[in-house]
Amino acid sequence: MNTQKPRQASENGSDGFNASRRDFLKLSSAVAAASITPSVVTKAADKKVDERIADYFEKMTLNIEVNGTAQQLQVEPRVTLLDLLREQLHLTGTKKGCDHGQCGACTVHADGKRINSCLSLAIMNEGKKITTIEGLAKGEELHPVQQAFIKHDGFQCGYCTPGQIMSAVSCIREGHANSAGEIREFMSGNICRCGAYPNIVDAIMDVKKGGQDV
Amino acid sequence: MIPFEYIRPSGQKAALDAIAKDASAQFIAGGTNLVDLMKKGVVSPQKLIDIGKLPLKEIKEANTGLHIGALALNSDVAENEIVKTKYSLLSQALYAGASAQLRNMATVGGNIMQRTRCTYFYDTTMPCNKRKPGSGCGALKGYNRMHAIFGASENCIAVHPSDMCVALTALNATILVSNNKGERKIPFGEFHRLPGDHPETDNTLQKGELITAIIIPENNLQHSCYLKIRDRASYAFALVSVAAALEIADGKTKDVRLAMGGVAHKPWRLTDAEKFLKGKPATENNFQQAAQIAIKGAKGYGNNNFKIKLASAAITEALNKAAGKA
Repeated sequence: MNTQKPRQASENGSDGFNASRRDFLKLSSAVAAASITPSVVTKAADKKVDERIADYFEKMTLNIEVNGTAQQLQVEPRVTLLDLLREQLHLTGTKKGCDHGQCGACTVHADGKRINSCLSLAIMNEGKKITTIEGLAKGEELHPVQQAFIKHDGFQCGYCTPGQIMSAVSCIREGHANSAGEIREFMSGNICRCGAYPNIVDAIMDVKKGGQDV
Repeated sequence: MIPFEYIRPSGQKAALDAIAKDASAQFIAGGTNLVDLMKKGVVSPQKLIDIGKLPLKEIKEANTGLHIGALALNSDVAENEIVKTKYSLLSQALYAGASAQLRNMATVGGNIMQRTRCTYFYDTTMPCNKRKPGSGCGALKGYNRMHAIFGASENCIAVHPSDMCVALTALNATILVSNNKGERKIPFGEFHRLPGDHPETDNTLQKGELITAIIIPENNLQHSCYLKIRDRASYAFALVSVAAALEIADGKTKDVRLAMGGVAHKPWRLTDAEKFLKGKPATENNFQQAAQIAIKGAKGYGNNNFKIKLASAAITEALNKAAGKA
């Protein structure tokens, strides 16, 4: 029997394992960045080399509101919104599935619209209000769609669930949850490899019929 | 993703000056295709010019027709009441494309500029004349189930992936483009090009130009259908798609527009079939004959031979549905 204590989240919201994994990822991306420098230098003929390289690696200021909290962050332009949320803000509820906009696991709301955060550069979201799965519940009170997913068993492994729920909330808000067929069509950007689709549709129908404020 | 410079110009003029100054720069708007291509290493611009905040989102009616700003979101266009009632074909095509999330990010201009989803173009270990001119076409004798049956060349058999563009071709839309010297109009059917000897060039947009709007002339095409055949019910690229729009008076076809997606390097207008139908009774028999005319000259490359029969059946079906006969 595993007698190890459950890991406690530290003050910055990340536990020891995750912190070291992220540090490793950060280190390896730094190594990757260093390894590409020579080609950058060769392409820099039109501009002073030092200046050009500084441009490439310069972090830019990003003003963004995440789950109701205004943030001023420093980001490299190539960082996606998904990676910013997970790696920099440690909001790991939003999942990285395919990282190419094909699975919907990374779905968040930007200014109230559902988007794939993996295909949006963080810097492009200047001034936007982002809501992630962590921002959906009101304190301890779950959002009606979260509650309905539990009631209808709308998941098995749960990896796609944050994206499914964010997408489902939008599906209802957009007015595209009027029938099972319409829900299937407008939820098609969220893939569930466990195949919990019938229960996901039931959960959405339930909230829609209940007329709750989503 | 390799590092790049990023700028966000304050206005259209600043954006056009920025692109004119730097030949290696690219515009980014929704990013749904470009970010993906950059992650895959298919394209690697040294500088991105973010035009996402330029005021080019408006959808408005004018005496020349419907003006849609290049930065209008695919979802906003699909949902627009004027589009849904007077240009239903466009709304149908937009809903048939991508997912709700992607439609909330993708812009009209970006949809027009999107690259092929040919797997050989995406796979940087494979030959592809579009990605690397002179390297060969992996698809020609490879796995070409998704590929072109019209207008291909021995250098490239890729297809244009857009649904929206198929509808806009059928609706005789015009594309408005600007550079830092002025603006010009390009008829939709002349915007995208066939691969020929230069598959690396998707379209006729010149360096330094930006798509600012599309204009759709008014029409009386009260019957329309966008039919998309794909490997699953939703959220997949077309094997073939058909945009069919009809104006029917006294049972006869007064005006007709037909275009196909998933079959060529550009949205494929079926002008011979349109000519055949014009003035003839809107009957299934005539629709079938038009479909046979439309597929004349179609050529399969092995895995995609099935598309020829599928195309003719889809044309008939789309016309039947548009005319309310199916």
